[in-house]
Amino acid sequence: MTAGSTTPTTDPGARGRILVVDDDASLAEMLGIVLRQEGFDSQVCARGDEALAAFRDYHPDLVLLDLMLPGLDGIDVCKEIRAESGVPIVMLTAKGDTLDVVVGLESGADDYIVKPFKPKELVARIRARVRRLPEHGSDMLKVGDLLIDVAGHAVTRGDEPVNLTPLEFDLLVCLARKPWQVFTREVLLEQVWGYRHSADTRLVNVHVQRLRSKVEHDPERPEIVVTVRGVGYKAGSA
Amino acid sequence: MARTPLPQAAARWLTFWRRSIAARVVASTVILSALVSAGVGWVLLQQTREGLLDQRVKTVVAEASAETAAARTRLQSVPGTSGDAAGQRRELFDPILDRGRLRGFDVVLVSPGVADDTGVPLQTYSTPGLDLEKSLPPSLLQHFASSGTTAWTYTTIRRDGQPDQPGVVVGSRVILPADNEPYTVCYLFPLQDEEDTLALVTRAMLTAGLLLMVLVAVLTWLVTRQVVTPVRMARRVAERLAAGQLQERLRVRGEDDLARLATSFNQMAANLQRQIRLLEELSRVQRRFVSDVSHELRTPLTTVRMAGDVLHDARESFDPATARAAELLQTELDRFEGLLADLLEISRFDAGAAALETEDVNLTDVAQRVVAATQVLADQRGVRVLVEAPPEPCLAEADVRRVERIVRNLVTNAIDHAESRDVLVRVAHDDQAAAIAVRDHGVGLSAEESAMVFNRFWRADPARARTSGGTGLGLSIAMEDTHLHGGWLQAWGEPGGGSQFRLTLPRKVGDELRHSPLPLVPEDAEVAV
Repeated sequence: MTAGSTTPTTDPGARGRILVVDDDASLAEMLGIVLRQEGFDSQVCARGDEALAAFRDYHPDLVLLDLMLPGLDGIDVCKEIRAESGVPIVMLTAKGDTLDVVVGLESGADDYIVKPFKPKELVARIRARVRRLPEHGSDMLKVGDLLIDVAGHAVTRGDEPVNLTPLEFDLLVCLARKPWQVFTREVLLEQVWGYRHSADTRLVNVHVQRLRSKVEHDPERPEIVVTVRGVGYKAGSA
Repeated sequence: MARTPLPQAAARWLTFWRRSIAARVVASTVILSALVSAGVGWVLLQQTREGLLDQRVKTVVAEASAETAAARTRLQSVPGTSGDAAGQRRELFDPILDRGRLRGFDVVLVSPGVADDTGVPLQTYSTPGLDLEKSLPPSLLQHFASSGTTAWTYTTIRRDGQPDQPGVVVGSRVILPADNEPYTVCYLFPLQDEEDTLALVTRAMLTAGLLLMVLVAVLTWLVTRQVVTPVRMARRVAERLAAGQLQERLRVRGEDDLARLATSFNQMAANLQRQIRLLEELSRVQRRFVSDVSHELRTPLTTVRMAGDVLHDARESFDPATARAAELLQTELDRFEGLLADLLEISRFDAGAAALETEDVNLTDVAQRVVAATQVLADQRGVRVLVEAPPEPCLAEADVRRVERIVRNLVTNAIDHAESRDVLVRVAHDDQAAAIAVRDHGVGLSAEESAMVFNRFWRADPARARTSGGTGLGLSIAMEDTHLHGGWLQAWGEPGGGSQFRLTLPRKVGDELRHSPLPLVPEDAEVAV
């Protein structure tokens, strides 16, 4: 994946910090080796119930989270971390089943990767999540009654701030920048997640649902993120 | 507009009639017993009527005869027999008239001779107010034209200012001594009493008949209900069982046929439930196993995969043998991964755990995406892959991930077997279905082979070298995916003439497919031979 070859734009001096939560010692060690080769720092946590403490302690830029963990299920760990931080979470799952994936994504994960994966694929995904979207100036965007401060990474409705994860923010900004354009799921995958081609559009569906639950007045009748049947999504008219 | 509810109501009634055994039984019983009792009633009424009238006629004839006899006696005893016919007529008539007024009958005295052929009497004396034309039947008068015996017949008595009433008229002949002419004395007796009695009897019988009908209907309904109610209950329980509520059972009461039916029904339900539970349990175990195997195998495989990758990346620093080993490790890991993925997919189908996530899919887009994705492989083989599609989208409600997997499989297979000749992917649709056909001009398939290509791990030639490293499960998975959509996946081939695989999907999931927009046997097939 060429997306992975771009260097992280956050802070060129510091190495990215990745928290690996996985109970399989060999895999965790192997992940550490690969990540170190790719220029990341990593720390391993082997138990689900210790993951949150490790997260607070380590301040990672990204969390690699296995779904099946001793102590506390990966889904619950994901919810715990998401409750206090918008740090990207990539799930490692052994199950490609729709239900598991959707449950994982709904619990707050930004992306998932199905075992067995190729190390390059994993690194590409990690880079795509750690890398921020290129910032186009420091403008203010408006969708419906939402005001988006792109530079300040803040979304407000009236005086109320709306709390979005970085991924949801990127998704909203991507749609809001071109309110006249309908984005197919594939285009969104490429622009927001940084994938070149992937058939798994469930990622988009779940995140659109989550974004809607935060920004829509009535998620059943969305006005901010509008579905264009058979094509994709677009920003609602302002 | 006013007419529309009528057929609806009729249709509702018809449905009710067809569905309700009770309604049919009650209706047929009531109709049958109504027919029988109407017949019986009619016979009874008829006999009563005859009996009543016979009795009355006998009495009346006797009374008339007595009056006539008395009149004759009176006439013989009248003095001065010659001449005074008018006096004798009065002598004859007036006492009878008085008697009649007393006893309630009317009298008519008809003079001899008839005015014309109509039978209307020439000259008559009668009870005042009697309409002779109506009340005196001509048949009776005609009788006296030829005979002198006493006669009677039924008639309708009409008096001025009174309603018609039925009656009996009795006629006798009397010879008046004064002019020696035959006079006819007609006695008109009303039958009003008999009429009233008959009406009373009729009313009583009608009432009794109606009550009987109601009784029959209620009785039949009660009896039918006793049978139908358990049957209905059994039906409801059967419906619930069919809907998946396997714990539903019939209540068993008594030891009659219905109770035994219920017992057998319950046994059947229990057996079904046990079997279904068993199957569900097996399926659950299977799914669980698949899931466990998935996790247990995939995690170490991931580690091996990563380790293999690290070795592969560093192979330039190894000696040639170790470097080659690292390469082999890498390619075989790819195959192992593919095989594992396919096996797990097949197990998921077998466990019935595969689910569709449908949306409107444009098959043209799918074909183009797949062709783009297989470009590298096609270039390696020197195969051109062409797409032929109509300008408008070919939509089908489908799971895009699965459809893409099917098409990718067909295209990869075609490239594999194309022997450097062109591969054509055609897309077409109509209002019920959409189809993709992948045509190659390679070695082709025989008829038996085209039936077997979808079997698991089937290979056209076991000795043939593996080319693209397929797992042997690709077409089986494609077939399962197609079945999940309710579609068709068919193969056509000709040894030396290439082959064509056609995927047909219904426009809406769940619709039944009847035909495909594309032919299975390509049009260029004959040319190719």
